[in-house]
Amino acid sequence: MADEVVLLDYWASMFGMRARVALAEKGVKYEYREEDLRNKIKSQLLLQMNPVHKKIPVLIHNGKPVCESLIIVQYIDEVWRDKAPLLPSESEPYQKAHSRFWADFIDKKLYDACSKIWSTKGEEREAAKKDFIEILKQLEGQLGDKPYFEGEKFGFLDIALITFYCWFHAFETCGNFSIEAECPKLIAWAKRCMQRESVSRSLADEKKVYELVLGVQKMLGVE
Amino acid sequence: MSAEDVVLLDCWVSPFCMRVKIALEEKGIQYEERAEDLFGGKSELLLTSNPIYTKVPVLVHKGKPVCESSIIVGYVDETWASPPLLPSSPYARAQAKFQADYIDKKLFDAGSSIWRTKGEAQEVAVKDFIEVLKQLEKFLGDKDFFGGDSFGFVDIITIGITSWFSAYEIFGNFKVEDHAPKLSAWINRCMQRKTVAKVIPDPEKVYEFVINLKKMMGFE
Repeated sequence: MADEVVLLDYWASMFGMRARVALAEKGVKYEYREEDLRNKIKSQLLLQMNPVHKKIPVLIHNGKPVCESLIIVQYIDEVWRDKAPLLPSESEPYQKAHSRFWADFIDKKLYDACSKIWSTKGEEREAAKKDFIEILKQLEGQLGDKPYFEGEKFGFLDIALITFYCWFHAFETCGNFSIEAECPKLIAWAKRCMQRESVSRSLADEKKVYELVLGVQKMLGVE
Repeated sequence: MSAEDVVLLDCWVSPFCMRVKIALEEKGIQYEERAEDLFGGKSELLLTSNPIYTKVPVLVHKGKPVCESSIIVGYVDETWASPPLLPSSPYARAQAKFQADYIDKKLFDAGSSIWRTKGEAQEVAVKDFIEVLKQLEKFLGDKDFFGGDSFGFVDIITIGITSWFSAYEIFGNFKVEDHAPKLSAWINRCMQRKTVAKVIPDPEKVYEFVINLKKMMGFE
């Protein structure tokens, strides 16, 4: 029986992109369904499949929903185990825990810090920029001189972070700063990831993301 | 392998530490409990092994630290195979992780709001907390445990916080059993387990702790 895979998503969501990258890495065919979040309209299917949080992404596999982007990525890795393993192999619980810790760190810290860069002004914005760079530097420290976060192979933690990359242009422009100047190794890593088709095809166009941010800023009354 | 190989940086009243202790007890692993004085001064080992958050619990296994309680429980489950705490099917595992994530995001904070507020704000906090309990009951359904017939991951993630329920009930002037009878039954069921009974502190002692904490933090 062929697998039926549907992804409820929003084009600009770095969380949705994580699922897209994972599915692409595994070569899984799926139906992409866009939720109209800009106009705050959530489909019946989304409300039915994620009644607890009512958020995207939701992966629907043979009619059964999986929610929360990092949980989705791990699910994809476990179901389509034979191709491109994303989390270190069974024999390395410490490595797995390490990757999960840093992915959790990204979820706890990065999104809030970067949202404040474009949704605030003046001193608040400057503080947000500082926090954001601090967080990126901590992540850069974890990367070290390795090509990817877990070593030689692209994996779980790379997926957790790379999807923020298409938003960097918007942060830099709003915040008037260069991320590459602060974190050159991290940007080199990002460009390396972007050479993978799974990544370049899954991430949103950074110019369109910036236009989206400008639109939301207008609505919020922030320049 | 001796207890020296497994060290837990701990605090007796922390529901997050309780998760790890129960997991280790379930696996029959010997470990050394090192109490951290979270108000007096954190140990060198805590500061160096968890520099990002400087929080307990931290599991130090053969000298290597693992942080964040849910991640530690997953690590314990993967390192010592028997008995399994997470189910084997990818879908059931994803469900368990989703529920654990919900509990992490909502339960402790909702409870904390009850003793940190007064008057109308407290009434809202109690209402919100009851909503969370009702969602947990939805997850539980008519099953004995969150994962089904056996005590497992989500039970371990949740049971520790219930030792704080008595404190929430006293401050918020409500009873969990009145609003979430199935969850109450589940709590009693879990407390029958030796591993849980060994780890969970006396709710009266937790209540005293919260009274002192309130004073210290300046909430009368």
